[in-house]
Amino acid sequence: MVTVSDYAGLKPAWCPGCGNFGILQALNRALVEMEIEPHQVLLVSGIGQAGKLPHYTRGNVFNSLHGRPVPPAIGAKIANSELIVIAISGDGDAYGEGGNHFLHAARRNHDITYLVHNNQVYGLTKGQASPTSDVGFITKTTPYGAASPVNPIALAIVSGASFVGRGFAGDIDHLSNLIKRGITHRGFALIDILQPCISFNHKNTFQWYAERVYKLEDESYDPSDKKAAIEKALEWGEKIPIGVIYKGDLLVYEDQLPALSEGPLVKQIIDPRRVEKLLAEFM
Amino acid sequence: MPVDFNFMVGGEAGQGVQSVGFLLAKVFARGGYHIFADQDYESRVRGGHNFFRVRVSDGKVDAIAEDVDILIALNMDSIELHQPNMVTQGIIIFDGEKVKGISGNNGSLFSIPLEKLAEEKAGAKLMINTVALGAVLAAVKYDLNILNTVLVDWFGKGEVADRNIAAAKAGYDYVQSEQKGNLRKLKPLSEAKRMLLTGNEAISLGAIAAGCKFMAAYPMTPASSIMEYMAAKSKEFDLVMVHAEDEIAAINMAIGAAYAGVRAMTATSGSGLCLMVEGIGLAGITETPIVIIDGQRPGPAVGLPTRTEQGDLQFVLHAHHGDFPRAVLAPATIEDAFWVTINAFNWAEKYQLPVIILTDQHLASSYATVDPLDLSQVSIDRGMLFSEKEDDPLEYLRHRVTKSGISPRAFPGLGKALVVTDCDEHDEEGHLTEDAGERTAQVQKRLRKLFSLKEEIGTPKKYGPKKAETTLIGWGSTYGAIHEAVDILCKEDASVNMLHLNELWPFPAKAVADAVSKARNSYAIENNATGQLARLMKAETGYDVSGRILKYDGRPFTPAFIAQAVRKERG
Repeated sequence: MVTVSDYAGLKPAWCPGCGNFGILQALNRALVEMEIEPHQVLLVSGIGQAGKLPHYTRGNVFNSLHGRPVPPAIGAKIANSELIVIAISGDGDAYGEGGNHFLHAARRNHDITYLVHNNQVYGLTKGQASPTSDVGFITKTTPYGAASPVNPIALAIVSGASFVGRGFAGDIDHLSNLIKRGITHRGFALIDILQPCISFNHKNTFQWYAERVYKLEDESYDPSDKKAAIEKALEWGEKIPIGVIYKGDLLVYEDQLPALSEGPLVKQIIDPRRVEKLLAEFM
Repeated sequence: MPVDFNFMVGGEAGQGVQSVGFLLAKVFARGGYHIFADQDYESRVRGGHNFFRVRVSDGKVDAIAEDVDILIALNMDSIELHQPNMVTQGIIIFDGEKVKGISGNNGSLFSIPLEKLAEEKAGAKLMINTVALGAVLAAVKYDLNILNTVLVDWFGKGEVADRNIAAAKAGYDYVQSEQKGNLRKLKPLSEAKRMLLTGNEAISLGAIAAGCKFMAAYPMTPASSIMEYMAAKSKEFDLVMVHAEDEIAAINMAIGAAYAGVRAMTATSGSGLCLMVEGIGLAGITETPIVIIDGQRPGPAVGLPTRTEQGDLQFVLHAHHGDFPRAVLAPATIEDAFWVTINAFNWAEKYQLPVIILTDQHLASSYATVDPLDLSQVSIDRGMLFSEKEDDPLEYLRHRVTKSGISPRAFPGLGKALVVTDCDEHDEEGHLTEDAGERTAQVQKRLRKLFSLKEEIGTPKKYGPKKAETTLIGWGSTYGAIHEAVDILCKEDASVNMLHLNELWPFPAKAVADAVSKARNSYAIENNATGQLARLMKAETGYDVSGRILKYDGRPFTPAFIAQAVRKERG
């Protein structure tokens, strides 16, 4: 029986009231409800306030470089396909520094779950604009206003991700459920999570999000329709959809690898003598 | 009379220079000869000028020669560029109906209607290269049947092989009937079975034998063929090769796989390694074993993309900020590349650090014959592993401070132990910390690993008289050329020997200092512009070399070039 206490990690060093607490709680709840034990999980994070999350729960942890949680997560998943691999980033980590990895992980549709804490601002470096800051957002590095933001949901869908969702750190039940669906999904699952930053984003506040988000589960919305999903991905402003925006049955990268059919690579035996048959090719 | 015979195939990219050269090398290797063959090519798919040299010898050779005995000229440029290297009785084989207006020593010009014969006897113009191969073999009175079996192995039994055999026979017969004089003789020596392989193939075989299960890389000359070989064998050997979106992803993927418990590697060239530098430090602080192949080519930036250099030594010694241990190895020969790769995987895991293997375009794409690799000599050492039978998994500390600096590894998901690590400074458990004491303990623990690793570094290779006036110092792929230069100079009664390193970091300072202290003169022979090993020697031993013999035109050393440079230096 897995309980919440199994996931009691170090004391968070986040600001009191930070949206990250809701995400941490939702993730822990999802893992407990799925009866997953900490040693079965690998959390790979990058750098930023979001990157610290794995230390505040329990599991195997690879806290990677800025922008890079996705590549080591892919490597680890291929090395041990039995691991439940969850990559964790903030918006700067995922969509700025790690943009190329994000696109290509979605394209290749690796079997990992990617949680992106999206507070539309840099927290760790104290308040600069991020790739998802709203247009015109004024910060010390954008005194004349931020340029247009990227649309991670649309990017993920057109890049080939097979599961694209959006959650809200202020709705833990909904988010926890979404994370469960992301973990269960086979293929690349992006969950972009709207997260208020109480210290540096005074525009996109808890209130701001709470007034705008609405749940797709409450509508007659079909996430398997890719065109409709792209249209839904463009919705931002007065109304912001949360829930599963796209879910498709697409080719999974790991399923194309014949080496994985014999079980996890990490369990394969090393035998140098097997190379004997290759030597003849060079005679 | 010892046999030392040099063939050259020259032509444009796309004319089949590589396949003719390779088949020639194969045919003589099958006949019991030792081979060293190198490829000189431009960064283009069609046109330009490429050549492939095949040195055939009855003794072991590890370097190219400058002289050419037989030139197969697929175009006019080949004749104009390489005629000066022809020996007095050299033979140039060309298609006189296509390449016209050749002047020079007509006695050695074998004009053969290659294209016409290909069309008439094999039914395809495409077969001109095979006609030329047959002609070459007739010019040295070699056994055509050996070529026939190679063609069957190459193309598989069937019509294509049959037509190639007919094309080869046409060339062979033409030379036999039309060129009575001036023929040379190279008869098959023995049935000795040797492998003919490139440096990159030796590395790939080494990686597979060492149990590498994961590779991620981004294509880059001269490393791409390692990716391709590993991918081709991935099904048979339960390994995965990921063609990543860029070099940054590649090294980070390899690190993730290694953290999860498999042997992992990446391969690139200097400017790809520039992108990977952050990964070197990540492997350093997270103590993740990875093997990085750097196939050097002339830099900076894109430099000369298809050519050779040893310009990355100082770069890989220092790449990344901060202090942490790493190992740097540089295979001396193609056979050595296999063993160095095995060693690299063992050291990476035993000491939990990044190991960089420095090869270069010359070693990567040259062919040599080697005796069949003795796989019973391959040992696998995965280093200290955490045992849940002996220790409580709940007490597991990934970065436990130990006397040796080595903390037993556990792999995520294989037991109850939680494997925690961080690119931030971390405590013993792996969680980030800013504590001054923990920081100091972790830095020291990591650096302590270098002391034990240093014990493993072998004595540099020596060759020639034990005591000599002059010592030639080299590292990596120049081994063969320096080795032979010593032979050339010793025959002239010069007192010369060689000191050669294939393990460069941790630096074997004492062994090197002892060796050079005996010589009156020492010359660093390096394929770079500043003498990077000479600088490393100075830094680690305080010793100044007497001179530097450097080459940085993108072309490899020849023994004759080194011998001449040494003569000049010695006055």
